[in-house]
Amino acid sequence: MTEQFDAIVVGGGHNGLICATLLAQAGKDVLLLEANETVGGAAVTETFADDFRVSRCAHLLYGLQPDVARDLGISPRLASDNMATIALDTAGKHVRIDGARAGGVDSADQAELREFHAQMLKFSGLLRTLLNKTPPRLGSNRRQDLVALAQLGLRLRLLGKADMREFLRLIGMNIYDEVEERFGNPLLRGALSLDAVLGTHLGPRSPNTILTLLYRWSATGGRISSPAGGMGAISDALADGARRHGVDIRTRMKVKRIVVDNGRAAGVETEDGTTFDSLTVVSNADPKHTVMDLVGTRHVETGFARRIHNVRMQGNAAKLHLALDGLPTIKGLDKKDLSQRLVVAPDADYVERAFNPAKYGEYSPQPVIELTFPSLRDDSLAPAGKHVMSAIVQYAPHALRSGWSDETRAGFERVIMDKLAEYSPDLGKRVTDSELLAPVDIAQRFGMGGGHWHHGELTLDQFLFVRPVAGAAQYALPLEGLFLCGAGAHPGGDVSGAAGRNAARAILAREKSA
Amino acid sequence: MTIQQVKQRPLQTPFHARLAEIDRLNQWHNWKGYSAADAYYDHGLEYFAIRNSTAVLDLTPMTKYRIRGAEAAAYVDRLLTRDMSKIRPGRVAYAVWCNDQGQVIDDGTVFHLRENEYRLCSQERHLAWLTAAAIGMDVTITEETADIAALAVQGPTSFSVLKNLGITGLDELKPFGLLHTDFEGAELMVSRTGFTGDLGYELWIAASHAEPLWDALFEAGRLHGIRAIGTHALDVARIEAGLLAAGDDFLPAEETVRPGRSRSPFELGLGWLVDFKKPNFNGRQALAEEQRRGSTWRFVKLNIEGNKPAHHSYIYAKRRGRLKQAGFITSAVWSPVCKQNIALGTVRVPHGEAGSTLWVEIYYQREMHWSRVMAEAEVVAKPFWDPPRRRATPPGDF
Repeated sequence: MTEQFDAIVVGGGHNGLICATLLAQAGKDVLLLEANETVGGAAVTETFADDFRVSRCAHLLYGLQPDVARDLGISPRLASDNMATIALDTAGKHVRIDGARAGGVDSADQAELREFHAQMLKFSGLLRTLLNKTPPRLGSNRRQDLVALAQLGLRLRLLGKADMREFLRLIGMNIYDEVEERFGNPLLRGALSLDAVLGTHLGPRSPNTILTLLYRWSATGGRISSPAGGMGAISDALADGARRHGVDIRTRMKVKRIVVDNGRAAGVETEDGTTFDSLTVVSNADPKHTVMDLVGTRHVETGFARRIHNVRMQGNAAKLHLALDGLPTIKGLDKKDLSQRLVVAPDADYVERAFNPAKYGEYSPQPVIELTFPSLRDDSLAPAGKHVMSAIVQYAPHALRSGWSDETRAGFERVIMDKLAEYSPDLGKRVTDSELLAPVDIAQRFGMGGGHWHHGELTLDQFLFVRPVAGAAQYALPLEGLFLCGAGAHPGGDVSGAAGRNAARAILAREKSA
Repeated sequence: MTIQQVKQRPLQTPFHARLAEIDRLNQWHNWKGYSAADAYYDHGLEYFAIRNSTAVLDLTPMTKYRIRGAEAAAYVDRLLTRDMSKIRPGRVAYAVWCNDQGQVIDDGTVFHLRENEYRLCSQERHLAWLTAAAIGMDVTITEETADIAALAVQGPTSFSVLKNLGITGLDELKPFGLLHTDFEGAELMVSRTGFTGDLGYELWIAASHAEPLWDALFEAGRLHGIRAIGTHALDVARIEAGLLAAGDDFLPAEETVRPGRSRSPFELGLGWLVDFKKPNFNGRQALAEEQRRGSTWRFVKLNIEGNKPAHHSYIYAKRRGRLKQAGFITSAVWSPVCKQNIALGTVRVPHGEAGSTLWVEIYYQREMHWSRVMAEAEVVAKPFWDPPRRRATPPGDF
């Protein structure tokens, strides 16, 4: 007999876990199906070389939305909190950014950074209020939509005339113009540019790269931390919470299709042919995969299928993991500095030039890099005396023109190692093992289309009221009983949990009003 | 870089040389880029060829798409509002298709040529929409407007003409049926379809065989009053038959800008083409909602007093003893065969129920001076012209 559930969550990423938990908290009988052996999606800690473990995909925490953590009653133990960003310089004249404070820059830049930081903090706070609720539906006459829109307008107006104008000026703008106007120090410009474009198919001169920066800051104001035990610890805590609330988690169950019966979602079928019935199916998969592959376009409207088909989600970030037999040295940095977040982005033009080849399907010969040595903060990740390096490297287009093969992976890894050697000549000698995950590997391993960790580019045309597309921005897809709860839905990616929590609320609210 | 000058010329159908030869009026217009004639010698006489003998219209400019692939049947079933699983190979269906909002994009005829192969024939061009509808389905869409030459052969003697041409199997060919035959080594498709509401056929052949087909057809029809006609005569006939013309009686939904300017199938009197019992189709949710909530507009066929055609007129309805504007005329003509002043129009619900009375404000010009008449009009349910010979199988040997 086919098992029946009140709700089925497809995919056990952190958003899926959060959504499942909240639905179970509300008394639902919830089944969560995960294709991989472990839940956690892109927030997992895994062994990549003998005795070396690393956060395999996402490697830094920009903060679970504080109210999500509160709702679920979890407080992850942090190995380090409030990490500084060090913009590396080959000559050792690094710039250290610590929130609003910058070291290694002149007083004019210091003053500008304080002002910039305060402003971004204010605007990201405004964004935060938007990210934590279901966006109103435009063009609807329903009271709740009109009230929500009015609140949004009011909140914008309450910024005051000058700030509102500034917010509206910045929101569609590119980071390049802003940092060039404000700052003199090229390293400072480069580091802020990198922050704005990390994880996107955008360069610093691309429109709305201030929005992407604000988005990253929106959870906890740009505060970066690292959980003890790696990102997997967050997922473990979420999974424990889910089980405690009675969520039935089954792993190694890859969902093949969402069953549509009589014009509505009616359950799921897994690859091994098992079917599960439920009138509520919640997809943690990206919107494209959900609609194009799991549901099938024939079950939705043509215009809607076209919009979903055209969602831009080309991943551009590769992940490099190194197993090291000892700590490498970087001129001008001590061991404590190495435990911070280090970036290779010597100036804004460098970042933009790194992006140029990606437009034409080539990887950057001079890449930008965000690197960390997580084993310095957390000795559970490597054997005593040994270390792990985890780096996000851009740009490495998902659709590489020459194709991702062992050869191109090795080629890109060489490029990265050469670049790192400019800063740390002894790094290469320390490497005992390495792993490069190209966006295709990330796509395959973590089930995110295009290897894009936001499940869809974070740009204004795919944001808020129109994320992932118009007609699906309120978590409900235009197929009765089917919902999105992943990064492709409002507000977007990063391990923040907002999408999963908002989705659960939207599902419960819908039920109540029905 | 040098910019190449592209010389824009009107397109000509493969029958153009023949048409130019018989043309006496030089009244050409642009039909989807092609040169097409309003009339060749006299639109009145051309019209009577439709009703009294055989009229031939070059309908090559009609947009034609070939739909093929393993999922072609599922594709057309999702594209169109009617249940296409009932349209077997060798059959033709009149159909409409809608956008996500349940508004009509266009109407047209769908020819089920073979298993998993269809031809969609419509007034407007729709490649973008058809391609979007194919996303995620194993089907290919090919535009074949220029490759296929097409003729409408319509009128009471059309059956005899085609028999004379040597086509066999017409005795059993029912309305909305099609057959394939050979014409001088090329595949000729004959469908019992048309836009005149009369007995008639449409012929479809590779463009390279257009002229030989034309010559043989006119030779075969010499003693049956065969005549080439322009679009003016056809327009009169289609209004008599109560058939809609895209661009006149409704606007393709994807071309409207203002809200409320498009129409749903229910609002065009085509509710019979919407089947909620079949699997998902474009516009389904919106149409179900409209059915629940009620439509805004209603399509009406009007029999108007007097003899002055009600072109572009306002329609009025009586409410509390006073005439209030209720809608407007979209097509109007004096019907020579019905001897009636007829029109098609769109009125706001609840007005326009069959059998009810409406008023039409007609402006007409006599020697430069304008006059106005408020004419009473009856809403009729049936087409103005619907002779039994249209459906008779085998058709009469006139």
